[in-house]
Amino acid sequence: MDIKDFRSTDQIAWCPGCGNFPLLKAVQRALLKLGRPSRDIVLVSGIGQAAKLPHYVKANCFNGLHGRALPVAAAVKIANKNLNVVVTTGDGDCYGEGGNHFVHNIRRNVDITVIVHDNQIYGLTKGQASPTSDPGLVTKVQTHGVVLNRFNPLRAAIVLGAGFVARGFVNKIDHLADLIVEGIKYRGFALIDVLQPCVSFNKKNTYKWYSERTYFLEKETAYDSGNETTALSKATEWDEKIPLGIIYKKNTVPYSERCGIDKKKALVDHDIANVTINDVFKDFLI
Amino acid sequence: MVALNADSIALHKKDVRTSGCIILDREKFAYDKESSLYFDIPLHTLAKQAGGSELYVNSVACGFIASLVGIEFKIVISVLKKIFHKKDEEIIKKNIQAAKMGYGFKQGEKNRPRFDLEKRSLPSQLVMDGNQAIALGAIAAGCNAYPMTPSTSILTTVAHYAEQYDIVVEQAEDEIAAINMAIGASFAGVRSMVGTSGGGFALMGEGISLAGITETPVVVVDSQRPGPATGLPTRTEQGDLNFLIHSGHGEFVKAVFSPGTIEEAFFLTIKAFYLAEKYQIPVMILTDQHLADCMHNMHPFAEKSIRTERFIISREQSAGIKDYKRYKVNDSGISPRAVPSWIHDVIYTDSDEHDEQGHITESAQVRNIMMNKRFYKRLQLVKTKIEKPAAYGMEGAQVVILGFRSTHNVCKEACAVFKNKRIGFIHLPQVWPFPDQKLHKLLDNITRVFTVENNAGAQLAGLLRRETGIAVEGSILRYDGRPFNLDYLLAQLEERM
Repeated sequence: MDIKDFRSTDQIAWCPGCGNFPLLKAVQRALLKLGRPSRDIVLVSGIGQAAKLPHYVKANCFNGLHGRALPVAAAVKIANKNLNVVVTTGDGDCYGEGGNHFVHNIRRNVDITVIVHDNQIYGLTKGQASPTSDPGLVTKVQTHGVVLNRFNPLRAAIVLGAGFVARGFVNKIDHLADLIVEGIKYRGFALIDVLQPCVSFNKKNTYKWYSERTYFLEKETAYDSGNETTALSKATEWDEKIPLGIIYKKNTVPYSERCGIDKKKALVDHDIANVTINDVFKDFLI
Repeated sequence: MVALNADSIALHKKDVRTSGCIILDREKFAYDKESSLYFDIPLHTLAKQAGGSELYVNSVACGFIASLVGIEFKIVISVLKKIFHKKDEEIIKKNIQAAKMGYGFKQGEKNRPRFDLEKRSLPSQLVMDGNQAIALGAIAAGCNAYPMTPSTSILTTVAHYAEQYDIVVEQAEDEIAAINMAIGASFAGVRSMVGTSGGGFALMGEGISLAGITETPVVVVDSQRPGPATGLPTRTEQGDLNFLIHSGHGEFVKAVFSPGTIEEAFFLTIKAFYLAEKYQIPVMILTDQHLADCMHNMHPFAEKSIRTERFIISREQSAGIKDYKRYKVNDSGISPRAVPSWIHDVIYTDSDEHDEQGHITESAQVRNIMMNKRFYKRLQLVKTKIEKPAAYGMEGAQVVILGFRSTHNVCKEACAVFKNKRIGFIHLPQVWPFPDQKLHKLLDNITRVFTVENNAGAQLAGLLRRETGIAVEGSILRYDGRPFNLDYLLAQLEERM
């Protein structure tokens, strides 16, 4: 296998310098490291600049509705447990429009990997505030600055019970690629929030802004990613310091095991050519 | 009628026939009106004697009614045992004892009403309601995924058999999740269905549109209630006809079935899966609370098993596929649908307008090609499979009534008993695409046509006019949340004749 095996022929439609370019590389490197053929991978997305990514990768792609990648991804995995299902979504798509699905799919804990291209802005629609925008950020819509609280996705995920919560930065491609591999291998819902500067529309949270604040958790001695209390504290760090790496990881029981479908063959492999129903009719016979 | 409180008498007395009877317990609540309709029995005292609690009053009444209409007591015992099978022995015994006391109540025998019901001997019958029939149809059609929100009893029936038939039943967090999950499962190659009601269906709108443009099969059941918004959530109506046939923004092909009997509910559900998969469209089954929740009996189906033909690229065929294009343009307009991981290539699917490969495009030329494929060509094909309208009593009919869904039984009966004129009845088991050609034929020499509908806007009449040019003489409507009953319909017909 070669990185070329994961490149598609579709022409890329992102601004020059977009943080999505290195993110795309990280995804392709991760898939190469994972070692599974393209046809066994499904990339699911909603709407946004992030949502275009599956078109630029050679893998199965379902680019659906704004905010609705998670339900599709969960169902694809349930329908065929032998696929690796990865969601590439944005901060607006996942935490805003799709907020309800974010909450409940963490509860459901289906084995999917959710990569959030977090640029703290709505990029596709040219610069409105998103749930993760810093308070005070001025935009053409939030003309006096954002007045809502900033949504903290990592803290929310830990509190909701997610067993794999991580943060990456597009400036550190290999580190991000490794996080993605870890997330895919993790059995259950895995969240990787990726700092991904939008060079066109977010003039505050730039490469420089992130670089001044990010640090690797792995370099901190004695950081135990299995300790929920310290993980929550790390997840809360933002304005001065921003930790990168696996913030929280604990073993959880994935959905397939909870409902018993892991023991049966994949749903899609069931033969439905001849369904016998007279057994069922007996229950209604008088 | 058994009245357990005074309010119920005030509400329902007008609906009790003069040949009927209102059973009440004057020891429990004072009711000073006198009438030959009333029959007094100390239900609550008997309940306490039999089981030590007034809770058993229903079983006492049940036993008493059984004796009034001549049902053998052993049948009462078997029914009570079935209903309470989950309770412990002691409770079952007490219920039977309570029923026995009701059955054996002899006082006031002289004033007791007599009901002589003819006993018929029928072979074993299937007894179920419309929702159960739909659930069984889905199971028979090989539905393996059922994401749902709790609003119809289809869910509980499917959940009951889920283990046996390997169906994943998942309660989605909202209707938007449900429809998107159904589409996701379908994309991955699994037949899927969602069920909902009016408000929930409104939330699914964008999802229906998604199924349309991605050409993903999906079956949606809308068990209709009176709206708008929450409306009368436990009642019945047919006010969403226009809403369903125009559901989902944008232009794409869909089908809408409108079963009127339990048999239709079962078979049209199977047909819905067939149509959805063969033509890669969303198919809706529109029912109403009346059909959904009322039990009917019918002869057992001849089928012991249902043969299902699939319309996907099979595992065997998948091996030879190269350079796969999900939306390949061909003569029929239906591109062969691959299952992810079965073919050695990858599949691109998009909610944006897309090219043959499935990648996003804004090209005017490609757009026109895709609209031609997905809209015009497909519509012609789906029209060849329209379920035939059912016509009754059309020979020599001077007047014809037209209906859909649960008005089927009452309309059929009304036509059979109406004295003054010969009335024919046409029932539409499918309302979209509209069977315009068949209706033109059926209504060819008929000058007087009425629609019978449970809505205020005469929507079926409007649809008939738009699709065929045929204008009805009038519409018999009911929109109080109640189904048509025979007396009401006959009176309305009488007025118009």
